[in-house]
Amino acid sequence: MRRSRRALLIALEIAVPLAALAAWWVWSAGADSFYFPPLADILATFADTWVFERVGSDVVPSLARLAAGFGIAVLAGAALGTALGLSPAARRVAGPVIEFGRAVPPPALLPFGMLVLGVGDTMKIFVIAIVCVWPVLLNTIDGVRGVDPTMLDTARVYGITGPERLRRIVWPSALPQVFAGLRTSLSLALILMVISEMVASTEGIGYFVLESQRSFAIPEMWSGILLLGLLGYLLNAGLALVERRVLRWHRGARASALR
Amino acid sequence: MLDVSGLSKTYGEGRRVTHAIADLSFSVSEGEFVCVVGPSGCGKTTLLRCMAGLLAPTSGRVALRGQVVDGPPEQIGFVFQEYSRSLMPWLSLRDNIALPLRHKALGRDERNRLVEDAVESVGLTGFMDHYPWELSGGMQQRVAIARALAYQPEILLMDEPFASVDAQTRADLEDLVLRVRTAYGVTVVFVTHDIDEAVYLGDRVVVLTPPPTAVQEVLPVALPEPRDQVETKELPEFAHLRAHIFRSIKRKQDDTPDLPAPT
Repeated sequence: MRRSRRALLIALEIAVPLAALAAWWVWSAGADSFYFPPLADILATFADTWVFERVGSDVVPSLARLAAGFGIAVLAGAALGTALGLSPAARRVAGPVIEFGRAVPPPALLPFGMLVLGVGDTMKIFVIAIVCVWPVLLNTIDGVRGVDPTMLDTARVYGITGPERLRRIVWPSALPQVFAGLRTSLSLALILMVISEMVASTEGIGYFVLESQRSFAIPEMWSGILLLGLLGYLLNAGLALVERRVLRWHRGARASALR
Repeated sequence: MLDVSGLSKTYGEGRRVTHAIADLSFSVSEGEFVCVVGPSGCGKTTLLRCMAGLLAPTSGRVALRGQVVDGPPEQIGFVFQEYSRSLMPWLSLRDNIALPLRHKALGRDERNRLVEDAVESVGLTGFMDHYPWELSGGMQQRVAIARALAYQPEILLMDEPFASVDAQTRADLEDLVLRVRTAYGVTVVFVTHDIDEAVYLGDRVVVLTPPPTAVQEVLPVALPEPRDQVETKELPEFAHLRAHIFRSIKRKQDDTPDLPAPT
């Protein structure tokens, strides 16, 4: 019973997107609309454009900036979050600044970034990093603060202190929360990657989508949107895979707590 | 070996002050098994945390071989009541037990041997690579005991370790503690609210008053060794001792007005 239900759900998981694609295909084939070209055309353009002609010129630079910005945000957010999580005094002092920083709508930083850093990679990486840092930072603070007091007592009794305490107890315990932050940040990173390329760029997927629209190359525009959706999906799936591996214990422990 | 003298602990200040412990003194000799029993909310856990150096007393002192305890000493192992929260869910049994040994100056072989011996003594060989959450509550508490033993403490402090396991498991774990205590030659201070458990396990029982807590009396337990769940508990001396402690706690409780007990 449970098994067949599971199989049914997996089948639906695959079938629903396919059905949506098929519906789009059929509808767009007969729509004869300038804004909604037939899906067949879009897919043909997709193959021409992205396999693999523009991979080196647009996809790789985009993803490299995303990776750099996200990477910097993760390192900075985790380091700062650990420091703030461990020190109530530092949290008090930094609290208003953090609340302000994360309240600033991300695209508002673009003009500032362009002013100070120009329109190159540095600006785009900066904007991605400064936006992605908040979810990682806040979740790390929460995770580090939330380490079970009994665990910390255990560490003290057994003389586990300093860097060892951090590495063996505080970080593993905070990791599930940190991953929640990573998921949010990764979505933000993709958004900011696209926006930064639309505002000021001569290459990148975001630039390509905007340029296609401006030159009325509508199938090209759609192919870029499809690619972005696909990349977002794959990035999230990749992160979920890493999380499943790293936090295997967490899922097991939670399942056993509910038993 | 371990001396508690004039210990007091208050929480809060001003009008909201709580006197958890008023004035406590007793000592534990080398190799002894001392049970501390008292009504609920009488500061047993506070006392044990002070003894472990986890909590600074408001006044008085705890001394280990004449040295004042002002932080967790290396000679002390601790078993917490909440086994599920004192074991690290991201580590296997082996790594959980080896964790406190990492910073001890031990060779790899020596460390492995300590871990394996401890696991064997609590009867969990074969579960080395399991995670704590794959085991039952009683088994998890065995892991916590093994971790304390592998640390090779001179004194083992146990804070109501069996309060949240079922009765049968509890009896098994009590006998396990008596066995490993002999095998490792360790001194034990065992806090419990269960009078039967205190009498069954202890060489001496320290009975505490309700808060503000002091020592009500210290009773030697002259029951024959080795203890046995059935035979020992059948002895008239056992019944006599437990009745005595029960009455003494009951009487004292009736004397004191009802205070909201701090937990």
